[in-house]
Amino acid sequence: MPNENNSGILIYAQKNRDGYIHTVFFELLNKAKELAQKLGGVDVNAVIFTSPGQIDGYKEAFSNMGVNKVFYFEDERFKNYSTEYYSKLIVELVKETRPEIMLVGATNEGRDLAPRISGALATGLTADCTGLDINENGQLAATRPTFGGQLMATILCKTYPQMATVRPNVFKVNPVNNYVQTEFIQRAVTLNGINDRVEIIEFKKNVQNVINELDSAEIIVAGGRGLKNEAGFKLLKQFADKIGASVGATRVAVEMGLAPQSAQIGQTGKTVTPRIYIACGISGAIQHTIGMENSAHIIAINNDENAPIFDIADTGIVGDFFEIIPEFLKE
Amino acid sequence: MKIALCIKQVPDTTDIKWTENNTIQREGVESVINPYDIYATELALKIKEQVSGSSITVFTMGPAQAESMLRKVLALGCDNAVLISDRKFAGADTFATGQTISRAIRTVLPDFDLIVCGQFAVDGDTAQTGPSIANFLDIPQVTYVQDIVNAEEKTLTLTKTADDGIETVRVTLPALICVMTQQFEPKRPLINGIISASKKEIKVCTMEDIGLSAEKCGLKGSPTYVSKAFRNQSNHNAQKFKMNVQDSVNLLKEKIEGLK
Repeated sequence: MPNENNSGILIYAQKNRDGYIHTVFFELLNKAKELAQKLGGVDVNAVIFTSPGQIDGYKEAFSNMGVNKVFYFEDERFKNYSTEYYSKLIVELVKETRPEIMLVGATNEGRDLAPRISGALATGLTADCTGLDINENGQLAATRPTFGGQLMATILCKTYPQMATVRPNVFKVNPVNNYVQTEFIQRAVTLNGINDRVEIIEFKKNVQNVINELDSAEIIVAGGRGLKNEAGFKLLKQFADKIGASVGATRVAVEMGLAPQSAQIGQTGKTVTPRIYIACGISGAIQHTIGMENSAHIIAINNDENAPIFDIADTGIVGDFFEIIPEFLKE
Repeated sequence: MKIALCIKQVPDTTDIKWTENNTIQREGVESVINPYDIYATELALKIKEQVSGSSITVFTMGPAQAESMLRKVLALGCDNAVLISDRKFAGADTFATGQTISRAIRTVLPDFDLIVCGQFAVDGDTAQTGPSIANFLDIPQVTYVQDIVNAEEKTLTLTKTADDGIETVRVTLPALICVMTQQFEPKRPLINGIISASKKEIKVCTMEDIGLSAEKCGLKGSPTYVSKAFRNQSNHNAQKFKMNVQDSVNLLKEKIEGLK
């Protein structure tokens, strides 16, 4: 198929209910800038849905981050995300502007939206990529873990736009000001006769935002099955408080009711990349390690010296959490 | 309410084999039901209990060995089962899979009200097949579903996890939902359920049965393909210390202080 898609890279800018743009957008933007260079300096553009007047608040950020064009849809209805409205309007935008690549954050929202867009465009979508590159043929080479992280697969796409999602915290934000004169293009909201068949009737904001806390944590202490019970997690919390860490958990610990689902790290939970990750009573099942193996330094405490967690830890301490941590807290 | 339940068999082994085309070899590998599809099954059964006259038809796409999984789910209280199976389906990505499953549902259960899927499968972990099916059927979707609040003939009220909190949403049927919850206690099959399930006929749907052309199936019908697969190597240096408690505490302290 000849590539008539040459309007660069389009990124979905997810805006939450409070009006903040999700950090995964800035992470994708940084990576997209790198890809754009490899494609010979193509544009990096964004699409965002806003309430009326809201776009002004974002203009400076988009320019400073080096976004070439921002396509925005303005409507009262866009305070909340809507699968039906957003996918329909983005599909129209893509058909008209023909980006070569489209990137979406693999948040709950992005994972809901991206497959509807790729499906309607009959194009390919690679989920949860950990690496994005341009190959020798100028194609997007999207690398992702598969089979619980045991294997990495590099996936290519035969159609355009080549679409990919990336989890938060996989790529880094570029802190350097990258100012460009951004072009802001308002798009018509063509939703005549369409009514969203999903209606939000109630919303309860996360009281304690464990999700964001884990996302930005410099130190994380996480507990698994080896912490056995509530007392184990209480001890973990005391340990966390003492060293200024956030608390994470494995899926098993969440299923045992020892930690909230929002604290879950791994394949079915969050991906985290703190400076120090301390795994306590965690065996190191691949489903968990996939979410934390890119932490800068991993310390593991486990009384089973054959636990697989020691294979991926920088510092492995073979010992009993229930003996070591109380002693640590005494000092 | 006519419910289509979509489930998947996933390999239960660390010994993954790949074909020459770099797609996953499924034959000869021991398989289990995808854990999230157990939650989907539980939710479908819960809806069936709440809305009288409901029935559940289970769909799976895969090789003939997936039949054993279908029988287990029938034993839990599902009514019918469909195995979507054809060599031509091999190597399908989420786009081609969505196209195939949506066709099978259209063919076997054209008057469905609700499609229930697990949020994702633990092998591919894409979370894309559910929305892909919904796209091909042009029906609304609700993903990351936690629980059902109310089920009526024409609407469902559900709770779902958004990125910033919990939403309660009402969706007009027909619709597709992807179930995320980890809180249901899996049901045990009833003895008479097992007996009746073993007698039930499992309908097999091939490519011809669902009226798809070979160009739209499997690897051919997939916009994406695996160009290479390689082992994931850890870059941590795996130093292990086995010491007394005090030395362990000292090491821990030293590492945390040094890295802070």
